[in-house]
Amino acid sequence: MLTNILSIALGAILINNFIFSQFLGCCPFLGCSSKVDTATGMGLAVVFVMGLASAICWVVDTYILVPLGLDFLETLAFILVIAALVQFVEMFLKKMVPSLYTALGIYLPLITTNCAVLGVVLLNVQNHYNFIESVVYGITGGLGFMLAIVLFASVRERIQFADYPECFEGFPICLVSAGLLALAFMGFSGMQIFG
Amino acid sequence: MTTILYSILVLGALGAIFGAVLAYASKVFHVEVDPRQEAVREALAGANCGGCGYPGCDGYAAAVAAGEAPCNKCVAGGAATAAKVAEIMGVANDAAEKMVAFVPCSGAHDIAEPRFNYSGPVDCRAAMLFGGKSSKLCTFACIGLGNCERACQFDAMHVENGVAKVDRSKCVGCGACVDACPKSIVKLIPESQKIMPACRNQDKGAQVMKICKVGCIGCMKCQRECPADAIVVTNNVATVDVSKCVQCGHCADVCPRHIIEYFGK
Repeated sequence: MLTNILSIALGAILINNFIFSQFLGCCPFLGCSSKVDTATGMGLAVVFVMGLASAICWVVDTYILVPLGLDFLETLAFILVIAALVQFVEMFLKKMVPSLYTALGIYLPLITTNCAVLGVVLLNVQNHYNFIESVVYGITGGLGFMLAIVLFASVRERIQFADYPECFEGFPICLVSAGLLALAFMGFSGMQIFG
Repeated sequence: MTTILYSILVLGALGAIFGAVLAYASKVFHVEVDPRQEAVREALAGANCGGCGYPGCDGYAAAVAAGEAPCNKCVAGGAATAAKVAEIMGVANDAAEKMVAFVPCSGAHDIAEPRFNYSGPVDCRAAMLFGGKSSKLCTFACIGLGNCERACQFDAMHVENGVAKVDRSKCVGCGACVDACPKSIVKLIPESQKIMPACRNQDKGAQVMKICKVGCIGCMKCQRECPADAIVVTNNVATVDVSKCVQCGHCADVCPRHIIEYFGK
């Protein structure tokens, strides 16, 4: 059980990193990575929402959709759940934990339409994970996202001083360095942990 | 048929439940926002320049509504905005003196002698990594790669021939350029101050003569001629005491290097 969870966690963070090998959540990855501070905020928000969404979507799927034979509605139902959940969490945090609310700031509502969050809940179903495995996969998937976006933001902060050809100014150099970073993560691909 | 019915029912029910929960939650978790905060936010310039020292206009509006910030901090909006904010908050308006940015350097390319030919990234911070903290022989000089120009949201700062110049008609005094300048050259001066020596070189006169055609040589002529004792030479460079200056412009006329700028013309 424990080795299983460890393998899911390591797999989600490094081997099947959401951004670098599954290419999910690329929009906030490129949009919110100009500074390390904002990247950390975005990463934290994603970890938070992914973990919660995994838990609730697993319950909805297992106790409502599957018994009624409505698995084909998973994508639709999950979008509904995630959208409502993010709204609810935002209101809850604003009232109960204002410090966390200000820390996550505008990133929380931005995540509503993040495909990485939808991806993680659909993958949970696809991989037939149980409740605990789903939650672990959600949280570690978010941690993988955070690792990627913080790494990339640090790279981008340094790119500002680099002497690159003028035609790469702005977004092109960003995409090139994102590609190189993804290539580095490719080194993990195909690895198997504990058989 | 039952599948379709179930689909509609389940999704409809889920939607209705979530809707009800959210509606209920918005009541339970409702956070009181001071109505004055929104009114103040409306009155501000809305440039999010950060000149007030708060994170954006929203941050400043929240601080004003909470009574933690004075009404006159919005530099982009100026006196008119300060008056509006003061009216909303119901307090007396003590308008802040309008400030404008000033670059105390006149070292354009044909005036200040070059130290080396810099062709690296167009960023003052990068250029400072090389010897002497400047590509000009004068170590106090403006590098002229435009960090301030890029920081300015009001199109008021422009690098002309290797030295930054402020367009005083556009400058709102937010201070973004002051923060952006890695050599801390740019400073804010009151707009009513018409006289400023456009040099900050603290080298001895003979050395300045060698490296710059106009730099202040600390000859003390302005200090001797000033009727108000407002301009003094300290560390080999002329500085104006704003509180004493009578804005007569005499120092600008007598300066043998013509380095004292007079805006009152």
